[in-house]
Amino acid sequence: MTTLTTPAPRRVGGGLLDPRQLWKSVPDALRKLNPATLWRNPVMFIVEIGSVFTTVLAVADPSVFAWAITVWLWLTVLFANLAEAVAEGRGKAQADTLRRAKSDTTARRLTDWAPGRTDATEEQVPAAMLRLGDVVVVEAGQVIPGDGDVIEGIASVDESAITGESAPVIRESGGDRSAVTGGTKVLSDRIVVRITQKPGESFVDRMIALVEGANRQKTPNEIALNILLASLTIIFLLAVATLQPLAIFSKAVQGFAPDTAALDGDGVTGIVLVSLLVCLIPTTIGALLSAIGIAGMDRLVQRNVLAMSGRAVEAAGDVNTLLLDKTGTITLGNRQASEFVPVAGVDIADLASAAQLSSLADETPEGRSVVVHAKTAHGLRERGPGELAAATWVPFTAQTRMSGVDVEEDGRVRQVRKGAATAVMKWVRDNGGHPSDDVGGIVDAVSGSGGTPLVVAERVAGRPARALGVIHLKDVVKDGMRERFDEMRRMGIRTVMITGDNPVTAKAIAQEAGVDDFLAEATPEDKMALIKKEQEGGKLVAMTGDGTNDAPALAQADVGVAMNSGTSAAKEAGNMVDLDSDPTKLIEIVEIGKQLLITRGALTTFSIANDIAKYFAIIPAMFVAVYPGLDTLNIMRLASPTSAILSAVIFNAIVIVTLIPLALRGVRYRPGDASSMLRRNLLVYGAGGIVVPFVGIKAIDLLIQFVPGIS
Amino acid sequence: MSPAVAGGLFIASLVLVLVLAYRLFGDYMFRAVSSSRHFRAERLVYRAVGVNPDGEQSWGIYARSVLAFSAVSVLALYLFQRVQDRLLLNLGFPAVKSDQAWNTAVSFVTNTNWQSYSGEATMGHLVQMSGLAVQNFASAAVGIAVAVALVRGFARSKTDQLGNFWVDLVRICVRILLPVAIVGATVLIAGGVVQNLSGGTDVPTVAGGSQTITGGPVASQEVIKEFGTNGGGFYNANSSHPFENPTGWTNWVQLFLILLIPFSLPRVFGRMVGDRKQGLAIAAIMAVLAIGSVVALNALQLSHPGTVPTAVGGATEGTETRFGVAQSATFAAITTLTSTGAVNSFHDSYTSLGGMVAMLNMMLGEVAPGGTGSGLYGMLILAVLTVFVAGLMVGRTPEYLGKKIGAREIKFASLYLLTTPALVLIGTAVAMSSAQARASMANPGAHGLSEVLYAFTSASNNNGSAFAGISVNTTFYNTALGLCMMLGRFLPIIFVLGLAGSLARQTPVPASAGTLRTHQLLFIGMVVGVTLIVVALTYLPALALGPLAEGIR
Repeated sequence: MTTLTTPAPRRVGGGLLDPRQLWKSVPDALRKLNPATLWRNPVMFIVEIGSVFTTVLAVADPSVFAWAITVWLWLTVLFANLAEAVAEGRGKAQADTLRRAKSDTTARRLTDWAPGRTDATEEQVPAAMLRLGDVVVVEAGQVIPGDGDVIEGIASVDESAITGESAPVIRESGGDRSAVTGGTKVLSDRIVVRITQKPGESFVDRMIALVEGANRQKTPNEIALNILLASLTIIFLLAVATLQPLAIFSKAVQGFAPDTAALDGDGVTGIVLVSLLVCLIPTTIGALLSAIGIAGMDRLVQRNVLAMSGRAVEAAGDVNTLLLDKTGTITLGNRQASEFVPVAGVDIADLASAAQLSSLADETPEGRSVVVHAKTAHGLRERGPGELAAATWVPFTAQTRMSGVDVEEDGRVRQVRKGAATAVMKWVRDNGGHPSDDVGGIVDAVSGSGGTPLVVAERVAGRPARALGVIHLKDVVKDGMRERFDEMRRMGIRTVMITGDNPVTAKAIAQEAGVDDFLAEATPEDKMALIKKEQEGGKLVAMTGDGTNDAPALAQADVGVAMNSGTSAAKEAGNMVDLDSDPTKLIEIVEIGKQLLITRGALTTFSIANDIAKYFAIIPAMFVAVYPGLDTLNIMRLASPTSAILSAVIFNAIVIVTLIPLALRGVRYRPGDASSMLRRNLLVYGAGGIVVPFVGIKAIDLLIQFVPGIS
Repeated sequence: MSPAVAGGLFIASLVLVLVLAYRLFGDYMFRAVSSSRHFRAERLVYRAVGVNPDGEQSWGIYARSVLAFSAVSVLALYLFQRVQDRLLLNLGFPAVKSDQAWNTAVSFVTNTNWQSYSGEATMGHLVQMSGLAVQNFASAAVGIAVAVALVRGFARSKTDQLGNFWVDLVRICVRILLPVAIVGATVLIAGGVVQNLSGGTDVPTVAGGSQTITGGPVASQEVIKEFGTNGGGFYNANSSHPFENPTGWTNWVQLFLILLIPFSLPRVFGRMVGDRKQGLAIAAIMAVLAIGSVVALNALQLSHPGTVPTAVGGATEGTETRFGVAQSATFAAITTLTSTGAVNSFHDSYTSLGGMVAMLNMMLGEVAPGGTGSGLYGMLILAVLTVFVAGLMVGRTPEYLGKKIGAREIKFASLYLLTTPALVLIGTAVAMSSAQARASMANPGAHGLSEVLYAFTSASNNNGSAFAGISVNTTFYNTALGLCMMLGRFLPIIFVLGLAGSLARQTPVPASAGTLRTHQLLFIGMVVGVTLIVVALTYLPALALGPLAEGIR
């Protein structure tokens, strides 16, 4: 059944973090302490080196303060690892489900299959032995042994193992619904499949690798951000390292100053120096950066979209132009009756009645929509075929291009016909009628507005046939599309509708849907040319496609989303696959891409803004014994130098673990123009990043000042 | 009129005239650097040097040209000083010592003009005129040329051509620096600045003794000292010497000359990238920081607590009575904000926090408005950095003026930002841990530390102003500060040109509603914030043990 409503647009969000997941990831987080892997994250690697150093110092010269700092520094590293482990854990769970689908199957290989041949020799081989180009046969109840294209037959296939969607899908040879995936199950009929994968490189294998992050590579933007974070780390490393001679000098010239836990004759103590360094380097974003990336991919997976690379997800955020297929994306799949236009002298109720009558037996979506419109707009009850006495149904055929019914009314036979304008007009003329000019005018008007006119005519026995009026069939734009396109425009994204319709029809639909531009009578070459033209102007283009002839364009586009129902060629060419085969999802993909970048930017800002409060905590604590005036800088009025430094370190660690859910979920994303987005994020993460640590450090200090040995 | 009102009027009139000059002089400079015609005099130079003026250079060649030119300049200036005793007009001075000659050569070629010597007691007129003053022109022109090359990187697309260094250098000298210098020198002479070749006059002093007053070609060197944001004085006393800066109004003219190029270059940037608002935004960022600093320094100097300063209405120690506290504070702020380093009062005598503001001005990286050219390219680097973080927050790969800020661009920008703090901090740390270097310190404690920190900040940021209070004419300081000046000048230039090269290669992304607006108030505020925070975060620990320790009670 076609329904007129589509689900409300899903806003980008994400699954909530299950606290148990944190606990379960602890072993993985501990494993990640291995310096051989941790060095890839320069910021956290520095923290680990610092932790080792303070551990040595704490062992050599134990004190409550030294051990407290040491423990919290180790926790800082651990929390960072935990963020990554949790993000990866979600992918692993997904991969496990997929692996179950990839159970060992036996393939029925046909050794000498040729088109049309039914007596090909069959042999049993394990699915893992299948080679590229092998031909296998699969029958109802069997599992498809590998990825391929149907080359013979039609079958319903249960793809729930991969898509999670329980409704079976139809797969048939030829056309754009020929691709089948290994591990899915044939429910009915028999198909012959040509294998298109190499062993171990099946779609499921790739999915598993992707969601597990096995071959995760840093994306361009991630690399750039890492360079920036590494530079900031070096700057702070310098600032802290070069402080030592200055501190020694200051301590020496202020001879009266007492030795403290922070500063003695040898300068700033190692533990405090490491604490200062760890608090200043951007640990928050450094700890969460890889989790943000993994979670971004994961959010796509949750929406049943597989991105072949993180680069593609990032590119989605940058897209300037969206190419959207009209049918299925912008409009509902089929045209629907939207209006009955009677000719002069005919009552609209009579036209509605005749239109309904002629469509009762028309099982095409268009035909059903006429019945629906008659009911909703004109209050005509749907009459069952049995209610009509001696009715003869005239089904629609490609030759007559008409459907209708012959009924007996008041003892006379009444013929009602509905169909393509030229066919019905001819029928009227053939039956002695003269269609008025009026009909032609209405037909032209409907065509001109982008609709499809169907003419309704009747002939009562003994009288000439006459045209009653016109049914206006039109493409129905999905609910909420106009609003989404408006949003896109505010985000600076241009939407282009691609359709095979003529320019007049295309223009009318484009206007109704509110897209910025359209490409009518589009051939695959036209699409390709459009993409290239946009790209030459420096724009990034996203599109969806399913057919083999979409493959070049999918490969050319910066973000090419292939429908899972499409051909293998299309899936191979795109850099994302939508398992739900829902072209509207392109919009969500763009939002997820943007959200990923915003999350990185927001947490970087937050991380750097945090430093201001930490300075106000640590700097006076370090040097107040030498220069008592510096106590003025202790604006948080922290209890003691040791409690101040420890509070800053604890805050620094806790903020990481507190932000894990945000890193996984992504910051809240509301479409809007650049200025309003920047203003909002700057307020929350910039201003918030300055204020929050003042409050947090003070709160921690209020608690820990009562710990013996700290104050 | 109270000192505060007079100081306010002084600043307001400067701002007003600079606002008027922004468009006029900016457009003039834009035409000078982007014209396709060569003057006959320029052609003669190209022929003499053997340069094809219509051939353009990639970033690598451009950078090599800058380095080659500067290397030759350092060598020539070094040799010039070393053979001074055998030259004309040497006033009987001996050859300059090798470490000091190296330091001075580097100092003038890098537009720093740090002086570990006393001009009237070390350099003869010939070295001053045809050695130091020539570099005052050349080093200023090099800075502008590099800035223009960076702007071409933004303005151009799909090319590796950034212009021709030799053409830029010659044009900037011939069309921008020389004409203004000639007019400016005439004005300064009218104001009382001396211009002669006199060797010195013995005069009886009021107290009854006798003093030798050296004359010389001062005005001609003074004008480019300010206009090229050089700052190296003819006399040791620099702009506080009555022969260099005789009156209140010459003081005003000097500040105007200092600020003219740095504040007008953003207009050139706006014109070249085809969006004047972008230039205005950069100028606004510079202005916000500059005005904030000038006001802060004035406030700290005028309201200094303590019996004597309160009685006389401000911290008068170390200032000239003909300028007063306010004009001295304004001069101090502007000279440190612009990488000039000329002084009309003694920064070492400033209040601790006042001195810290002068130091912070340099620590900003000389970007508000900074030196000739170096101010613009430094500010653009900060804008690129801000765009990177802000751009992410609007959900796009960051882009500035249509150019994507990716890994390569961030690499160059980060290296640029890393260079000066590394030089300042490592230099200070080395000096503070070496007993030999500590021996140069005349003041103990926090003030002594401030002096060392100031010296390395000044040299590494190519400012050249001195806090004084330490004897810097030692082998250690001459060598170390020379290295800081050289690395602090040329490493950033290489990174800037590298960035320009990778920007020029890109295809620009067309702007849309989703593009970060880089000319709006929000962005201006954000760059100001990033600049302040990056500086504060880097230098606060060191400042805490210097001026902050001394100034907060």
